[in-house]
Parts: sequence; structure tokens; C-alpha cells
Amino acid sequence: MGDTILEVRNLKKYFKSPRGMVHAVDGVQFSIERGQTLGVVGESGCGKSTLGRCILRLIEPTEGEVIFEGRDICKLNKRELKELRKDMQIIFQDPFSSLNPRKTVLEIISEPIIFNKLMKGASKAEIENRVLELMDTVGIAERLINSYPHELDGGRRQRIGIARALAMNPKFIVCDEPVSALDVSIQAQILNLLKKLQKEMGLTYMFITHDLAVVHYFSNDIIVMYLGQIVEKAPSEILFNNPLHPYTKALLSAILVPKVGGNKDSIQLRGEVTSPIDPPDECRFAKRCDYRCEACEAGNPPLLEVEPNHFVACHCIKPGENLLKEREGYVSAG
Amino acid sequence: MTAVTQKQGQSATLASRRYKKKSGFVESWNRLKTNPGAMFGLIVLIIMVLLMIYSFLFITKDDVMAINSGNRFKPPSAQHPFGTDSMGRDLFKRTIYGTRYSLTVGFFSVAFGFIVGVFFGTIAGYFGGWVEEIIMRVSDVMASIPGMLLGMVIVAVLGPSFLNLLIAIGISNISGFVRMARASVLSVKGSEFVEAARAIGMSEIRIAFSQVLPNSISPLIVTATARIATSVLAAAGLSFIGFGVPVPLPEWGALISDGRNYLSLAPHLTLFPGIFIMLVTFACSLLGDGLRDALDPKLKQ
Repeated sequence: MGDTILEVRNLKKYFKSPRGMVHAVDGVQFSIERGQTLGVVGESGCGKSTLGRCILRLIEPTEGEVIFEGRDICKLNKRELKELRKDMQIIFQDPFSSLNPRKTVLEIISEPIIFNKLMKGASKAEIENRVLELMDTVGIAERLINSYPHELDGGRRQRIGIARALAMNPKFIVCDEPVSALDVSIQAQILNLLKKLQKEMGLTYMFITHDLAVVHYFSNDIIVMYLGQIVEKAPSEILFNNPLHPYTKALLSAILVPKVGGNKDSIQLRGEVTSPIDPPDECRFAKRCDYRCEACEAGNPPLLEVEPNHFVACHCIKPGENLLKEREGYVSAG
Repeated sequence: MTAVTQKQGQSATLASRRYKKKSGFVESWNRLKTNPGAMFGLIVLIIMVLLMIYSFLFITKDDVMAINSGNRFKPPSAQHPFGTDSMGRDLFKRTIYGTRYSLTVGFFSVAFGFIVGVFFGTIAGYFGGWVEEIIMRVSDVMASIPGMLLGMVIVAVLGPSFLNLLIAIGISNISGFVRMARASVLSVKGSEFVEAARAIGMSEIRIAFSQVLPNSISPLIVTATARIATSVLAAAGLSFIGFGVPVPLPEWGALISDGRNYLSLAPHLTLFPGIFIMLVTFACSLLGDGLRDALDPKLKQ
């Protein structure tokens, strides 16, 4: 422990819109240890993909610091950033739009190698051997080297996306919902592949998903996001055994249980997500929370460490006391 | 790398050679082949090109310019398949000779408009913001002037010559391509493979032209083919009203303009060049329609 590869401090990304500022990511703060996986969960539109792209500086953050191996990447110039891109890669959600339809598998995987001159002076055959090696690593048959993406199925395409990311020999990969567009059977294959690669290459992952079962299987630490902010942050086991924030509870109770009547007492969230456009200074979850009180409208709750390594942003949960327990209809665990 | 691995790398066949590559071009061609209209258009255009080559090889300028006053207004016959005109010149030779003007105007004015228009359209669509604003407003201004009028103004300023005609029609082609390219690029630039290219450190201008543009080019090729037809017509139109190729040269529009005076006396003078113009424009439109279907990957199977 103690070998932090990435630290994000007070990261904000606001988008201009005709009706005001959209607070897509609003003051997010966390760090990832080398070789670990951080899961980021939350519903659609909570800013988790934006967060992933800000960390890679695929979109410019509005404010905050992203410190990768001791350097703030938001302050790098173009040349330094290009160097750094070799260490940070991304795997995309949609394998149908993440591969250029006009390029063959060989061209797609070799592009990062050739473009960044990673194998300076290497012959065509050497680069091809490297591509074949990568294809083998991610489990694509050699005979597909000249195929176009549209000739392949979703799982194979996603493997090519992974091979492209690996071609740069990255240390850190943002996985932006890498399995949500795939069939369940293929999801497992891809997840196992990612796990295997992590073990073999010592990769660090930031795993963005809305599928809690996946994140439980995959992550060391988990961040739960709601409307651009972190509402709960804890190691995977603690979060699943003792979720504290009402939103986390609702999310966890929504995991399907393969049992007749298994999901009967899941917590139903009512109402709509508060608009992310210029949100008022109150708890952003208050409008949908079963336990809200006057305190909830008195400002945005800070993220507090209520027990070792377990952070929650809720006015009613403080270190050593959980006011929610006294409220009516309290459900003790997810 | 050691010498040994290099040797191995060279002696072994490249993996990409061992497996067949299906090229997108071949697939499109196979689809185009099944379209009778497009094939008809293509054949007509090939014949036109062959005629043009023939005219370069076997018809001299003297052949089409020499006046023979004893031979005026002869109707079509074995000796003069299209008859002769008011100065006794063989209309067949003159029409064939004219292919070079119409085809070059059609091809080069569209190529000019395509290159300039697609370049600016891609930049406008990909980069957006004030760059887009400036490019699109300039293009709007150009589009708001009727092509014929713009051509007349340009020719009037530069003087009537074949090159100026080409420039005039080329310029009037630009704005259409700017809009098409912009729209096409807009629909592609949101794809994740663009972000993937950014993630490997590619510069924005390189992404725009090496990743986005190749994926938005099909509709532009279709438009280009259709544009050839309009450009041939525009050239003929400008020549007809005397703003194109200078008079004695046998441009098709000029031939029609010349024949117009003798419409009742010798209708073949307008008929044959007219048929040629119609054939070329018709062939281009058919080919353009066929290409639209052949290049659309959604119609694959």
C-alpha cells in the first residue's frame, strides 16, 4: 500500500448549456493504488464517463488536479501530454463505434505503435509480430488480422479495443463500461480477460459501470456517484456488507437475486433525478431520499470518513452515529 | 533488435499476406455491378472518354475549323454522320472534338470544388466554433449567388477562355461541397474511435483528415458524380450565351447556340450536340444514384 498511481483532487467539469451550467462532475476526489481496481458506479448521467474522460484529458476539466505518478496532467503541454498518453489508455463502451470501420484489425492495433514510434526502426514484419502477439494476448485468432470491424461480433471487437489500448503498454486503463454493450456470456469472458491482463501486466484500472454485480467481482475500492458527486466511497467488501448512504442502499437492493421472490423488498426510488443544471446548495439526493429532513436542505453534505476507509456524504450519518437508524422504515442492510 | 530476429522477421511471410483481405472497393464494385442503371451510365461515360481519346489522336484543329462553303447544311449522310453546319464543317467531328471541353470542365471543375470544399467543410465540421462560423457564412454568401450568374461575372472579369470557364464553374461548385462535407463530418466526429485516436495522442487536424474524413467520404463521392452532370450543363449554358469557350471552337453549348439560328433549316445542328449533353448528364446522374447504393455499408449483404 501507499503506492498511489493516480490522485484526483477536487475535479470539476461544467458544461455550458442554454439553460445554465451543467455540473457534470462536481468536486470529485479520490486516489487509486498501483495494481488495484477502482470501481465507479452510478446511474446514467451521473457523470461517471465524463469523469473518466477528464482524467485522461480527452475533455478538459473545468477545475481541479489529476495527479498521475506525481505529475498534474492538467498542467502538461501538448508534447508532455502525448508522452503521458502511452501510460494511460481507455477501453470504450460501444465496440461498434470505437473501431474505425474503414481500418483492418492490423491497422487498428498497429496504429498506436506506428503513430507513437514505439518500435523505432522496426520492420513491417516486426510490427506485425507485435500485433499478432497482442491479438494472442486478448484472444483473437490470427486469421482475423485482415478483417474489418463489421465482420466481427461484439466480443471480438471489444477484444480488439483492448488490444489497441494494450499496444501502448499502459500502466493505467480507464474501462468505460467495457461490457455493458455485450451479451452476458461474453461479458464474463471479457471480464476474465481484463482480470488476467491486470495480473500479468500489473495494470491499474478505473472501472466505470452501472452494473453492481460486475463491480463487486472486479474492484478493490468502489465509488458511488450521484449527480456528479461522490456519495459513498469504500473498499468493495465494506460497501457491499454495510452500505450507509440511502442511494447506495437503493442501488444494492436493485441487484437481481436469482431466487423466486428474491427481489421483493428492493428499495424503490421515487421521483426524478434533480437537474444537474445549476443545482441548489442542498443534498442532491434529498428530493428522492426516504429519510430527508430539514438538515438535508441546509447545504451539500461533505464526504466524511465515518469508519476507517468508509466515506459517506450524508447529513444524517456522522462518525459513530447514524441518525437514519431512528427514522421510520429504515432498512439496515442492502 | 538483434540481427537474428530481423532475419527471422524478413524470411517469414508477413501474417497479413497469409490471409485474404476483403477490400471495401471490391465489395462496392460488386454491388455496383448489379445495378443496370449505374452500369449503363458507366458504359456511356467510358464511351465518351474513348471518343475523347479518339479525338485527341485523329481529329486536328484544322479538321473542325476549316470552312468549306460548298458543303453547307448537309443533312446526315454516310460521309457526314451528323451532317454539316453553316460553314460546311463536319458536325460529327466537331461534336466529338467537343467532348474534351465538356468532360474536362465536368471533371476538373468538380475536382476543384471537391478538394477546396471538402477541405474547408471538414475543418468547419470538425473544429466548430468561430472557424465553422466564418467558413459557413462565406459559403452561404457564395451559395446565395446563382451559379450561372457567378460564372458570368467571373468570366466577364477574367475574359472568356476555356480555363476561366473551368475556374468559374469550379468556384460555383465549392459551397455545395462545404455543406455536404460539414454535415457528413458532424455525423462521424462523435464516434468513439475519434476519442480513441485522441487517446493515442493524435493531433486534432490529423484525426479530422485521417480518421473522420475517410468515414464521411461516400456521400461526397455520390454528390461529386451528380455535380459533374450539372457542371457539364453549366458549361454548355455559359457557352450558349457566349460566356464560355470562344466561338469557333466546338463546345457543345456553343454548337447548339450556333445551330439555333438555323433550327428550321437544319435541326440536326442542335439535335446532335443536345443528345451528347443529355447522354453525359444522364449517365452521370445514373452512376451517382448507383454509387449511393453501392457505397452505403448499411445495404451490405
